[in-house]
Amino acid sequence: MSDTAVIDVRGLTKRFGTRTVVDHFDIRVPRGAIYGFLGPNGSGKTTTIRMLCGLLTPDEGEGTCLGLDVRHEAGRIKEAVGYMTQKFSYYEDLTIRENLDFVARMYRLDRRRERVDAALRDLGLADRQKQLAGSLSGGWKQRLALTACLLHEPQLLLLDEPTAGVDPKARRDFWDEIRRLSAGGVTVLVSTHYMDEAVQCDFITYIAYGRKLIDGPSADIPRLVGLETWRVEGPDLARLEERLKHEPGVEQVARFGAVLHVSGTDRPALEATVRRLEAEGTHRWSKQVAGLEEAFIYLMAGARDNFAGDPQGVAA
Amino acid sequence: MTEAKEILSRRSGFSLRRFGAVLYKEFIQMRRDRVTFGMMIGLPLIQLFLFGFAINADPRHLPTLVEMGDNGPITRAVIAAMQQSDYFDFRGPVAGTAAGEEALRRGDANFVVVIPQNFERDVVRGRAPEILVAADASDPSAVGGAAAALSGIVQSAVGEALVGPLAKAGSPPPFSIVVHREYNPEGKTSTNIVPGLLAIILSMTMVMITAVAIVKETERGTMEMLIATPVRPFEVMLGKILPYVFVGYVQTIVFLISAYLVFQVPFDGSWWAFFVGFNLFIVVNLALGFLISTAARNQMQAMQLSFFTILPSILLSGFMFPFAGMPGWAQFIGQGVPATHFLRIIRAVMLKGGDIHDVGAECLALGAILVVISIIAMLRYRQTLD
Repeated sequence: MSDTAVIDVRGLTKRFGTRTVVDHFDIRVPRGAIYGFLGPNGSGKTTTIRMLCGLLTPDEGEGTCLGLDVRHEAGRIKEAVGYMTQKFSYYEDLTIRENLDFVARMYRLDRRRERVDAALRDLGLADRQKQLAGSLSGGWKQRLALTACLLHEPQLLLLDEPTAGVDPKARRDFWDEIRRLSAGGVTVLVSTHYMDEAVQCDFITYIAYGRKLIDGPSADIPRLVGLETWRVEGPDLARLEERLKHEPGVEQVARFGAVLHVSGTDRPALEATVRRLEAEGTHRWSKQVAGLEEAFIYLMAGARDNFAGDPQGVAA
Repeated sequence: MTEAKEILSRRSGFSLRRFGAVLYKEFIQMRRDRVTFGMMIGLPLIQLFLFGFAINADPRHLPTLVEMGDNGPITRAVIAAMQQSDYFDFRGPVAGTAAGEEALRRGDANFVVVIPQNFERDVVRGRAPEILVAADASDPSAVGGAAAALSGIVQSAVGEALVGPLAKAGSPPPFSIVVHREYNPEGKTSTNIVPGLLAIILSMTMVMITAVAIVKETERGTMEMLIATPVRPFEVMLGKILPYVFVGYVQTIVFLISAYLVFQVPFDGSWWAFFVGFNLFIVVNLALGFLISTAARNQMQAMQLSFFTILPSILLSGFMFPFAGMPGWAQFIGQGVPATHFLRIIRAVMLKGGDIHDVGAECLALGAILVVISIIAMLRYRQTLD
């Protein structure tokens, strides 16, 4: 079962004191996939990634990462995984080259000079290799970090919000690089806040309050959530938005520029409401396929409500 | 060579290459941080010169006023002898008791000497008149030395002034006490202060620098990157701590040379004994810094906790105040302060010509402290990793 799965863990749980940060989390990542890891701040994304790369020992749960046991083979997992931290975590008072040299030595790589030279060339920083890493801009720092964690040619990349605070151009370049790596057979698990990045992923899992709410191929997510969406155009949308929130069947009203997206999971109730309002003739209504965006807004809003109940229920 | 490395690494998981990389990185960072580097070498020198020259536990030339109730040759001989002793510096006469008290209160004088009326006549008649010396004892150590020397000075001055038939009136007591000031015959404060200062400077820089260097790694987030690599905690710790052992060596060499050249503090004892005690002391301080780093969350906290360990090193170790003068419970605490033992070692070696046997007990005490600190630190370190 696990011969094609790079990460295959079940029931992963981590507690800090009495607080359960990650609660019986399952994930299965196929080889070569880009797996998106979504969820609000503090939902346990970073803790999960740290458990997967051997930085934290899970309190419960079992499974493998690159075929190695996450509980007992943390040392070997560290050698095989590339982990990019949320915050820039290389030495700002070392030069770019010194940082790469240091990382290469940590992994005891052979042909260190050659590898570092090649990495600097690929990075496009060969002529600035003696510059201190601390003087780089956010986008360059992020590229340096990615280069550093690829130096030992890992088969699995764990990226913890890699594009936070990076400008759109650098973000696009970054994702091109990720897709190139994925095409080369590297498996990538990436956590993010950004919807436009989620769309780039092959698979998506959504986590809130340490629990998985949903996972699957990204194209299936809206269907899995079971959301129906209507698009509304017309005058005075703000008042309509206020009014819609109290109508039966309407679970979510989201504004996208000059249109409203009205969604709900109770199809007949939503449809009845829509027909009634449509009859007033003030706005144009049209049914549309629910996208990832609506699905995530719905999940985020629902995370709080579902926390007390059974979160798996949403995944239908 | 590579084979030996292989075996070593396979047995313990310890990699010389990774350890070397951490060490090298630490040296680069140390070199780039000019201010800290300058402080590590400059601070000990500044402190040595500042305290070596400034502190004097046996002050001389204290301002003194005199109320002259008499003005004969014996009186003048007494005043002259006091002036000659260097302890007293006569600033002039004062008229009446009230004026004398006023001068003491205002701090114009540390001493007011009152020569009673008819002093000369009473001396000659053998009536043992009293010379009153009012001292400002609000700072006992300032006037202590002078006050202690006073009776001897006056005695001999009066004795010399009384000649011929009067000689027997000022006859000396039937015995005399001879005090030998061993190890520091001139009673120079710098001879006492300077070796002790090395203990204080090493405690200060070693503990603080180690604590800060480790906490810095956590605070800047680089620790997360480090432990995500295959590097072993032991390689990180050793690689981060060794550069500061080197700093401790440099500090000590600079310090000893200056102490010898500038303050003529001797080094009479065994170098071997010094070397053993010194290395133990450095390691104890590094372990203490390491322990602090496991408790502190940022560099500021590391600094504050380090400072907390400095005061006992200064006040309870016997550096500033005599150890024997402290109550039992304070001596008990003082025994737990590493500086206490290093202070004894370094004074024994530098001033008393001690060898390894003379400092054995103190080295054992340092060893015991080291074991306790290391155990606590290792227990705490394991917890913080997870």
